[in-house]
Amino acid sequence: MINSYGFRKFKNRFFFIICAMCVVIAVVPLASILFEVVTRGAPQLSLTFLTATASRGGIGPAIQGTLILIGLTSLIGVPLGVLSGIYLSEFGNNKYAQSVRAINNILTQFPSIIVGITAYGIIVITLRSFSAIAGVVALAFIMIPIITRTTEESLKLIPNSIREASLALGAHKWRTTLSVVLPSAKSGLATGVLLAVARIAGETAPLILTIAGSRYFFQGLNKQMAALPLEIWKNSLQSSPTLQAQGWGAALVLILVVLSINIAVRLVSRSRMKT
Amino acid sequence: MNTKYTIVIAIVAIAIIAGAIVAYTYSDSGIIVLNGTGASFPYPLLDEMIKDYETIKHNVQVDYNPSGSGAGVSALIDKIVDFAGSDAPLSTSETEKAPNTLHIPETIGSIAIVYNIADVPSGLKLTGQIVADIFQGKITKWNDSAITKLNPEVTLPSDTINVIHRSDSSGTTFIFTGYLSTSSTSWKNGEGLGQGKAISWPTGIGAQGNAAVAQTVNTTKNSIGYVELAYAIDAKMTYAAIQNPSGNYILPTLESTTVAAQARASSGLPAGSESWSNVNLLNANDANAYPIVGFSYIMVYKELDDIPEMTQERATAICEFLWYVIHDGQNLAKQVNYAPLPSNVVEINSATIKSITFNNQPVLK
Amino acid sequence: MKLTGDKIFKISATIIATSALAILLITGYTLAVGSVPVIQKFGLNFFFGQQWNPIEGKEVFNILPYVLGTLATSGIALLIGVPLSLGIAVFLVEMAPKSLSVPISYLVELLSAVPSVIYGLWGLFIFQFWMRDYIQIPLTKYLGWIPLFSSSQSSLNIFTAGAILAIMIIPTIASISKEVISAVPNSIREGAYSIGATKWEVIHRWVLSYGRSGIFGAIILGLGRAVGETMAVAMLIGNAIGPVAMPISLFQPGQTMASLIANGFLDTTRGSLASSTYIGVGLTLLFISLIINVGAHVVMTRVFKVKGGAVE
Repeated sequence: MINSYGFRKFKNRFFFIICAMCVVIAVVPLASILFEVVTRGAPQLSLTFLTATASRGGIGPAIQGTLILIGLTSLIGVPLGVLSGIYLSEFGNNKYAQSVRAINNILTQFPSIIVGITAYGIIVITLRSFSAIAGVVALAFIMIPIITRTTEESLKLIPNSIREASLALGAHKWRTTLSVVLPSAKSGLATGVLLAVARIAGETAPLILTIAGSRYFFQGLNKQMAALPLEIWKNSLQSSPTLQAQGWGAALVLILVVLSINIAVRLVSRSRMKT
Repeated sequence: MNTKYTIVIAIVAIAIIAGAIVAYTYSDSGIIVLNGTGASFPYPLLDEMIKDYETIKHNVQVDYNPSGSGAGVSALIDKIVDFAGSDAPLSTSETEKAPNTLHIPETIGSIAIVYNIADVPSGLKLTGQIVADIFQGKITKWNDSAITKLNPEVTLPSDTINVIHRSDSSGTTFIFTGYLSTSSTSWKNGEGLGQGKAISWPTGIGAQGNAAVAQTVNTTKNSIGYVELAYAIDAKMTYAAIQNPSGNYILPTLESTTVAAQARASSGLPAGSESWSNVNLLNANDANAYPIVGFSYIMVYKELDDIPEMTQERATAICEFLWYVIHDGQNLAKQVNYAPLPSNVVEINSATIKSITFNNQPVLK
Repeated sequence: MKLTGDKIFKISATIIATSALAILLITGYTLAVGSVPVIQKFGLNFFFGQQWNPIEGKEVFNILPYVLGTLATSGIALLIGVPLSLGIAVFLVEMAPKSLSVPISYLVELLSAVPSVIYGLWGLFIFQFWMRDYIQIPLTKYLGWIPLFSSSQSSLNIFTAGAILAIMIIPTIASISKEVISAVPNSIREGAYSIGATKWEVIHRWVLSYGRSGIFGAIILGLGRAVGETMAVAMLIGNAIGPVAMPISLFQPGQTMASLIANGFLDTTRGSLASSTYIGVGLTLLFISLIINVGAHVVMTRVFKVKGGAVE
């Protein structure tokens, strides 16, 4: 009876429904997060909110700080990450490269708070001050492994025949790599960079220990600085509804940045697959 | 496809360049930003003062981060800020690490015992002993006989008390646990208890900063916590009337705080360069005084050259701001429910600020 | 020997690739040096004791409750997150039509793009009350006599933190499991169908068991993310300290290693015993996270037979 065909069919349908339920359960939080962030954050948005300092109820310094962090971190992280990826992909057939690859994979999963302590230990203590530069170093530590990995993966997708064709024309390997292989992989590289940017834009824990937040606009690389994730965190700890609402407004700005990067990447990589 | 890419990359590039341009213009605008960090206890007042000061002095900005007194004292010792805020005076060992620190009491506030019980308004009567027992986990229900006996007219639920305390190192905690230590011997001598900026809490939920304690009490049913009065009023909380040494149950208000300040702070205070570790404003001996009251201090080095990258300009800006805080800034105190400093404290502070030097020369003449 | 362009290129790429190793070494060195004082002072008790006393002159810092708190929240996250993720993966690969599975897998991956601090914000103002009203209050009402379910009524607790971690690790586990399940050869499915199995039986007995080591690897990666997650947990776990932070009941406030560091590190003075304590917690977290991630790496390498980094 227990193994009758009818019961087995019922079980089949039952688990189908269970699996569909799992999807619903996972999508509900996403929907709720987006709904709450938009409905609570949108009323905050105004030119003053986006550009003024805290004294006038704005998050201008935080937006500026996040842009500076993204810019400077990319300045360090993209070249280092891409070159490491090139090494792993183009010269990576040896034991040393394998261990670098393994370490790199592990670093992509590193708890970010640990990176924060490290940056505190090597930069904040040396400079004797919380500083923008300490935040940049911490975020670069997070960004480099991600870009290394995506670069390697997208270079691996370039067929060897392209490299061989270039070498056969007499081009040096460095020339081949930089002028032939890299450009062919450019959409993959851009995807990797953008995803890494989206990731570091939302990092909070390392910033607590490095840039420490500020009420005002950027004052120098060796000074404290504001950033959106810190602003959200600090406002979430407030009891005043006005400040809490500002936190939701900041969350809306951050989520717009992060999700639009993700969606752009998705659209682009989809059209790439089609072509 | 390529156009899409160009657009995305262009947007990112523009954002970065814009950030850099703004960064560049601001780095050279002649504005002096003073950095301070520490106590959240005086922050509602300090925040008003800073906004007011921005309108008076256009080229000076004060960046105060209410990260807690513990973080303030640490930053002072590590010399990473221009001034620190702390509601706990420096201890002996902290003084050794930060010698020649000046204590400048900036304001006087009281700590409200806030609670969130359905249908119970402000004014629940509590004694120091009962509060200590609740925070020690000895009294766990709201309808415990010790509480109901004092409040026969209030219907209290049989629910478990949710204790909310500070998770960071805090001067508010220092004043509060100091009060509990005077009220309860088992608190004073308990393992991991006593007076401190942070202790090993025997029960409860930790929240970071005065505002977060207020928020957590507001969102947690049947909870109790302790916050500076300004936070309690701002967050529309209900709070207890606490028994003072005269036996009266007193609500924390501007008046009951001021009375306590007058009774305890009008004489016998040390100079700014001396140790303040024995000073407290608890249990003032006045029939109308609220018992849990404390100073909040700004701490600066006597010789400002001790701080890296200090300049004459910066030193002057610090001293002028401090001067403003203890004089004109005090006019803002009442509207946010802090007691203005008594005149004798202002006198001590004026002498302290005049004693601040840069390269051995007094900064203010 | 002439230094050709190619040689310079190779050498510089090699040097730069060493940055991964350098990051790991710098991190390990900074944490190891910083935690020497506290480990010297308390020895093994630092890891296995429960006491915590920051009051000057009576300082004791032992970290067992936070290590266990990390394991407890991550364990809860796996218990909730793994079945959900597998359900999603199976649905996407085996059940949903392509027109549905593409947008859904996209939505699930968006979950991983939401920054941790926004999970925390949402958790603090919305999610914790769902947990309190729909899970905690019913459970404690009927099962409150079991110590595991005993409770105060606050929803800032270990279970809420574990539940939000579960949501955060779903994208990791689901997307890898999806790949693993898609990689199961169709001949396996066809063989099973040919002996008359229903779709569910095929999935359950053949597909999942064929892919189990890959799924195991996905779970370990999810665990790695849960262990190191900081902000959302710090905002929701209730920040207990000392012996009361030992995770005994699901609905008590607790503390993880990461949340402890985020909450307290800045309160300490450079070079003090307390500062060394937090660095020691960081070292312990690094160690645990390394074990988990190396484990995941080993499993995944075997599963996908990675040779020279390429998935063959």
